[in-house]
Amino acid sequence: MGASSGSYSYFEHKADMGIAGTGPTLEEAFSQAARAMFGIMVEVDQVRPQKQVSVECQANDVAELFVEWLNALLAEADIHRMALARFRVDSLSDYHLVGCAWGEPLDTQRHHPKIEVKAATYAMLFVGPEKGQYVARCVVDL
Amino acid sequence: MELRKLKRQKEYQWIIPQTGDMIVPGQIFASQQLIEEMDEKVYEQVTNVACLPGLQRFSIAMPDAHWGYGFPIGGVAAFDPQEGGVVSVGGVGFDVNCGVRTLKTGMVWEDIKPHLRSIIDTLFSIVPAGVGSRGEISLSSSQIQEVLTKGAQWVVSRGYGTHEDLDFTEDRGMVSGADPSAVSEVALRRERRQVGTLGSGNHYLEIQRVDEIYNPEVAQKFGLAVDDVVVTIHCGSRALGHQVGTDYLKSLAAASRKYGIPIRERELVCAPINSPEGRQYFSAVNCAINYAFANRQVITHLVRLGFEKVLPKVEIHMLYDIGHNTCKVERHQIDGQSKEVYVHRKGATRAFGASRENIPSAYRGVGQPVIVGGTMGTASYILVGTEYGEQVAFASVCHGAGRRMSRKKAKKTWRGDRLVRELEAKGIYVRGHSFAGLAEEAPGAYKDVSEVIEAIHNAGLASKVARLQPMGCIKG
Repeated sequence: MGASSGSYSYFEHKADMGIAGTGPTLEEAFSQAARAMFGIMVEVDQVRPQKQVSVECQANDVAELFVEWLNALLAEADIHRMALARFRVDSLSDYHLVGCAWGEPLDTQRHHPKIEVKAATYAMLFVGPEKGQYVARCVVDL
Repeated sequence: MELRKLKRQKEYQWIIPQTGDMIVPGQIFASQQLIEEMDEKVYEQVTNVACLPGLQRFSIAMPDAHWGYGFPIGGVAAFDPQEGGVVSVGGVGFDVNCGVRTLKTGMVWEDIKPHLRSIIDTLFSIVPAGVGSRGEISLSSSQIQEVLTKGAQWVVSRGYGTHEDLDFTEDRGMVSGADPSAVSEVALRRERRQVGTLGSGNHYLEIQRVDEIYNPEVAQKFGLAVDDVVVTIHCGSRALGHQVGTDYLKSLAAASRKYGIPIRERELVCAPINSPEGRQYFSAVNCAINYAFANRQVITHLVRLGFEKVLPKVEIHMLYDIGHNTCKVERHQIDGQSKEVYVHRKGATRAFGASRENIPSAYRGVGQPVIVGGTMGTASYILVGTEYGEQVAFASVCHGAGRRMSRKKAKKTWRGDRLVRELEAKGIYVRGHSFAGLAEEAPGAYKDVSEVIEAIHNAGLASKVARLQPMGCIKG
């Protein structure tokens, strides 16, 4: 997990919310974007990285793979009723991703749940280099 | 949206002329003011949908239309499978069969008023809501199959409601053509104990007072009078439905490439109705539609339990239950002939007129009730479908007010706790599971629903029957 060298941010969308992850590598951008997404649902700073979940996904291109990654994490969190806050992409090609996430069982007192993300979408989807860094962004449906 | 790009057909009916790759024109129902305020992206999305194969007559947008996923939210499109028509995830949405159900309490406001807080507090404690909420019902894998294929009909057979509830639910709470094998294992695993839960975001459970009747004759048929108290539930198919959207976004992305469908943006991914991928997606949608009907039915049961605790004499009956994120096979008159088409309504409500067979027999000769939700601080409306709406909009109307302000901006503008106090000063008692969530749903973040309703009424798509004011509200 180590010190993080990337960052995440949100952008405006009329009905829902845009999320973006930025970093020196695509892997880091993907991880940051995941943290942005979970930040919509819970106070990620309050989530302790106690339990690990693994995800593996495939897609037709790297942009679709990004959406797959986010949706796979949503499903894992839901199935295990967890709040996730730390993310790592271990291997990434155009078609295949292996990664993991850490979190703990959802605690409605401590994690301050806010709003459920229904899905990551193809809206405003972009994955690639921008201003000397890698960026991964899309709109999530709330 | 720029007026000069549109042709004004009637006062509330605007045409996007057919150009380029469009196979039909676009059609937007709205007042001039609403058109001017409308997102430019709606124009683009209506136009993009108009390029999809097999589309019939018009690509349609409602007065509350805003930027959606491929389709505008407030978009309607009917496809003919015989002409290469498609099914699309963007045309249904991720929350499949998200919809509204209005229940009549048979009580007037004066009788409910002293008990309002107690009713809301009781319902707040027994109707699970908010992020990751789970209900009491744990379905075995064979029971999940029953819910997916039989919807509200199955939960009623297990004691969660009455046959009369089904009579007043769209499609009697169950659509056919739902093959559970089209629903992924992940979707089934995400379902665990979510039937009978409200969710979060713009979903709500509201106690409302009828404060105005516009059409006394129809209102009487619907069993509504001034000062009557009703309960409205707004929710959908929960994580199971979201996962259906997610799974098929990917599957239809591959299908769009395979069949060479000319999609103008990635979110418009679709598959021919008559293809294995298209049939499978439609089947999964039908499963999720049934799940949402079952969900609202179980919540109805919980509402009855809640009222029974506070006011045991109250008998709750249905006004109607209708979805607004759906794809339905329906028969429509197109160019002089009756055709079976797949009508996508993304953030739009079905609104059948008086003579349709598949509306409750009690409403035949009157028309189908249409429920249009407002916000926790503004009115909701009951309308009735018209035959004109069937002719010009595949029997469809709007579904809500539509957002005016992004969630990000809303959160900066309002604070949840203050909002609760402000609404309370206006006599509206709000309980929410998240103050941040409440701020995003502030009434000021939405367009004026009354303007949207006027446009629908004046365009003739549906006719106003009653206005409902929120008195108590539970937000997820």
